[in-house]
Amino acid sequence: MTLFCVGLSHHTANVETRERFAGHAETQCILRNAGCAEALLLTTCNRVEVYGASEKRVSTDEIARCLAREIENDAHEYAPAFYRYEGEKCVQHLFRVASGLDSMVVGESEILGQAKKAYEAARSSNTAGSYLHRLFQRAFRVAKQVRTHTDITRGLVSVGSVAVDLAQRIFGQLSDCKVLVLGAGETSERTARALASRGVKDLRVSNRSSDRAQKLARLVGGQAIPFEQWPEHSREIDILITSTSSETPLLTPENLAPMLRDRIDRPLFIIDIAVPRDVDPRVNEMEGVYLYDIDSLQSVAEQSLALRRQQVAAAEAIIAEHVADFGDSISRGLNRVARAAEHPPVADGSLRASEL
Amino acid sequence: MDRSLLIVSTLCFLAAVVRTVFALRTGIFRPGRFNFLAIGLGFIFQTAFLSIRGHALGRCPLTNLFEVFIFLAWSVALIYMLVGPAYRLSLMGAFTAPLVVLLQGFALIVPIDIRHPVKLPANPWLEFHASISLVAYGAFALACIAGVMYLVQERQLKTHQLHSIFYHLPPLTDLFAAITRLLWWGFVLYTLGLVSGFFKGGPLPRAQLVAAIGVWLLYAAILQGRHLRRLAPRRVATLCILGFTAALTLLWGISFSAQSQSLP
Repeated sequence: MTLFCVGLSHHTANVETRERFAGHAETQCILRNAGCAEALLLTTCNRVEVYGASEKRVSTDEIARCLAREIENDAHEYAPAFYRYEGEKCVQHLFRVASGLDSMVVGESEILGQAKKAYEAARSSNTAGSYLHRLFQRAFRVAKQVRTHTDITRGLVSVGSVAVDLAQRIFGQLSDCKVLVLGAGETSERTARALASRGVKDLRVSNRSSDRAQKLARLVGGQAIPFEQWPEHSREIDILITSTSSETPLLTPENLAPMLRDRIDRPLFIIDIAVPRDVDPRVNEMEGVYLYDIDSLQSVAEQSLALRRQQVAAAEAIIAEHVADFGDSISRGLNRVARAAEHPPVADGSLRASEL
Repeated sequence: MDRSLLIVSTLCFLAAVVRTVFALRTGIFRPGRFNFLAIGLGFIFQTAFLSIRGHALGRCPLTNLFEVFIFLAWSVALIYMLVGPAYRLSLMGAFTAPLVVLLQGFALIVPIDIRHPVKLPANPWLEFHASISLVAYGAFALACIAGVMYLVQERQLKTHQLHSIFYHLPPLTDLFAAITRLLWWGFVLYTLGLVSGFFKGGPLPRAQLVAAIGVWLLYAAILQGRHLRRLAPRRVATLCILGFTAALTLLWGISFSAQSQSLP
């Protein structure tokens, strides 16, 4: 019995190709009919992979045909986009995938949930047996260990999440923070929603168009305030999200200084996602003010990504250890089966002879 | 025997330092339990040393500069053990351990453990004054360390350069709250120490008294500035570092002059 993985991912295929071979509900059953003893389909927006265990070799072309959403006569044309890993390489690949090392955004943790779902689906449709069970259970363990023992998931890599995370780094609990959203654009809405989901209760929205302000305020459970009144509210708030289409800066050190006078011991976090910018960059030099524009948020996201990349070697070492150990445990399983063959068991064992 | 306890204690703190440096070099920085355990163990050996020394002297072991340094290191570790886990400031251990290693290492290497030719008589007020003042110094030391942590984090936030250590520091506002608490603890203890100094008997050295009141006024000014919202958190953090440096200089002066006077 050999473990194998056949698939395509963002490394080898564009989105159009991935869409054509995204698989379907019947894929796993078809694969069983094609000679796979066990089969599991893992589909995400960035990858389509089949994990299987079979006595005889099932060709990549055949698997590609099973994965095609429509009948493809030219499936073989896409053969270069497919990769195939067998035995130990397959184990290593799955461990890397589950740990987020093979993801487009290194260290993202969504893939682990997707792998768990794929495993549950295969188990409930009885296409995954003891081989894939052991393989995936070990993969989940490896992913957890990688996340615990390295900084691979540390830091945030999208602009919105970086903004919210920074707010937490400054204020700790966000439930007592007062937030003012200036401008009711899509990014402001996303950031405001993210802040609300992290416990912010006092959310104020101000926009030149009061209708849009009220609409966004309703959406995020906040309060709309007239645009002319936002400078007064700035004295009370802790976080300011601004994304208006103003051509000139709304906040400069000159007009911010009087607002800060009564709040010297409370930091002010300003997220300026407007282009052109709503806040004069000199504001960042003021005491207790932390200004992040779209570029600096992007830069923090890239730093986090770089930090994650630094952790890859440590994660690979953990994976290599588990790959070797998994190979040993499979061999031990083989020995047990061999001994059982010498003394025939009453019932069939759960794990038959296997090889990697 | 007692010195070997101190060496073991220093090695425990050194282990925490080495681990932190190693973690920083690999880019994986997480406070974890190791630092807390190493510091905890180091603290136990420190306590054992001070206890043995105290029994041998028949009084609080604060008779020379060496003992003052060790007592100060013990106070720093004690305050860390009290506030570190309670205020989720476990990372403070990474900053505390080097300070303790520095204090104990200096005390062990430099020949300052000079025994008094005559056994000093016990003076409860003097012992209370010295020990409570040193615990206050421990709180000021921790406030200074929290100040360093605050400035590191503030700098990274301002420059938008967030390193691995940033993700392990407590939130800025929590850190500032911890600084304020430590300052209050230190200030109250220091005031007690200062007042008790007047009851110890004998003439009070004018220079030491003026310097001690100067340090007290400096911390009072920091707390007043904080209370009246006249000082921004960054300035409070900077003043904590300056204040502790001044306090340490004063402590050195007091211990040095006391030792010089006691020598024949």
